[in-house]
Amino acid sequence: MELFTPEVGLICWMLVPFLIVFFVLGKFAWPVIIKGVSERANFIDQSIQSAKDANEQLASIKALGETMLTEARNEQLRILNDANQARNQLLDEAKKQAKQEAEKILSAAQLTIQKEKEDISRQVRSEIAVISIGIAEKIIRNRLDASEQEELVNRLVEEANASGKN
Amino acid sequence: MLLKIRNILISLVLLAVTYQAHAEDGHQTATENKSFNLKEMLFSHVLDAYEWHVFTMPDGKHISIPLLVIVKSSEKGWFIFSSSRLAHGHAYEGFSISHNEKYRGKVVETTANGEEIRPLDLSFTKNAAAILLSCILLVVIFLRLASGYRKAPLKSRRGFAGVLEMLIMSIYDDVIKPCAGPNYRKFSPYLLTAFFFVFLNNLFGLIPVFPGAANVTGNLSVTMVLALLTFILTNVYGNREYWKEVFWPDVPVWLKVPLPIMPFVEILGLFTKPFALMVRLFANMLSGHFIVLVFMGLIFIFAELFGQAVAGGVSIVSVAFSGFILLLDVLISFIQAYVFTMLSAVFIGLGQVEHHPEKAH
Repeated sequence: MELFTPEVGLICWMLVPFLIVFFVLGKFAWPVIIKGVSERANFIDQSIQSAKDANEQLASIKALGETMLTEARNEQLRILNDANQARNQLLDEAKKQAKQEAEKILSAAQLTIQKEKEDISRQVRSEIAVISIGIAEKIIRNRLDASEQEELVNRLVEEANASGKN
Repeated sequence: MLLKIRNILISLVLLAVTYQAHAEDGHQTATENKSFNLKEMLFSHVLDAYEWHVFTMPDGKHISIPLLVIVKSSEKGWFIFSSSRLAHGHAYEGFSISHNEKYRGKVVETTANGEEIRPLDLSFTKNAAAILLSCILLVVIFLRLASGYRKAPLKSRRGFAGVLEMLIMSIYDDVIKPCAGPNYRKFSPYLLTAFFFVFLNNLFGLIPVFPGAANVTGNLSVTMVLALLTFILTNVYGNREYWKEVFWPDVPVWLKVPLPIMPFVEILGLFTKPFALMVRLFANMLSGHFIVLVFMGLIFIFAELFGQAVAGGVSIVSVAFSGFILLLDVLISFIQAYVFTMLSAVFIGLGQVEHHPEKAH
């Protein structure tokens, strides 16, 4: 029966130390530990969240960089195209100008040549007239009066000139 | 694996041989004085004592730590003396340890006419010492843990501190929070202290040598104090709704008015709940100790009945079984501490019941 009879002495020895432990731990241990654990849990949650945010930010930055890169590449292509076009245009224009210049020069040259040709032909004609007059003079000196003959020859040369011009 | 099994078998046989040798001793003394008394053996192990038995020398001499006997005689006043003065049936100042059926094993005062009466006995007994030891351990362990949190709150705990943290938080989150009502924060210090007190003492009770072996949580006085504290917390902090449900519960009126049947049942319930708390922890821990001791006692009983050869065989089985039961008791130590805390939390939570306006019937 001793097993089932509570002892006053042991009840005291149980109650007092237990209450002391309860007050000491309740004041200095449990709140601190529970607060510490919950603080750490919050910290871990926050850290995970901020890591997630950072990752997202990184991803967006990466995407931004890629778009910028493609844009730059497009711009480069466009600029290159433009330059090509400009060059071609310039070249074309230069070619055109050169062609015009050449044509101009050519026509001028033709004109000069024409004039020269005319001058030369006139000279040649007058030379020929002089020479033929000389020849004719020599032939007909003996028989004809020089002045009468020269009048005739000049008239003939005029006629010849007129016909040559026509 | 095979090697392990072989090692276990060898150690079992060795243990068995030792026990058998012991049994022979027992047998010899039995033939000399008296036969092996299982009941006495059981009770001497699970009951409180005035001295803390450390071990028995091979020559049968007991080595014990004497503790304080504190008694108040109604005639002579207070006495404080070492329990070694009462060892081996000695008497001191009229006090001795009784061998009579009524106060067996307790300090009694022998009056002038040879009558034994019990003085007021506040002795610092084996269980009291074990309680004090576990209380010191609890304070040291948890204050150290708390100081660690104060210094480095964000550090993760590993090893022993990690196990403690895991235990604390599992009790706090899975037992106290859901069971102890909306004001669970207010009650968590008591519940956590109770859990670790019970758990530590359960485990210490399983250690078969000196600093352990005291049957603290299998002692009715101890579980009574714990149950009483739960009872006080439940009823002191019980709210209006709780008391309304005790005196005017939500049942048909005829159950309450002419004869207060339900209020009577409810008031009875106020006391049966802590009583159940007290008895179930006590009985569970006591039975754990009993089973292990009975398996050990079987060796001696068989030695007496059938001689050493049979006892040798029995001792192998007994040692194996009590080892198994001890391992089971480790599990039970946790479960009982857990259940005690959970029931306490539930009872306290019943005192914090919230008003539920209109239940859907």
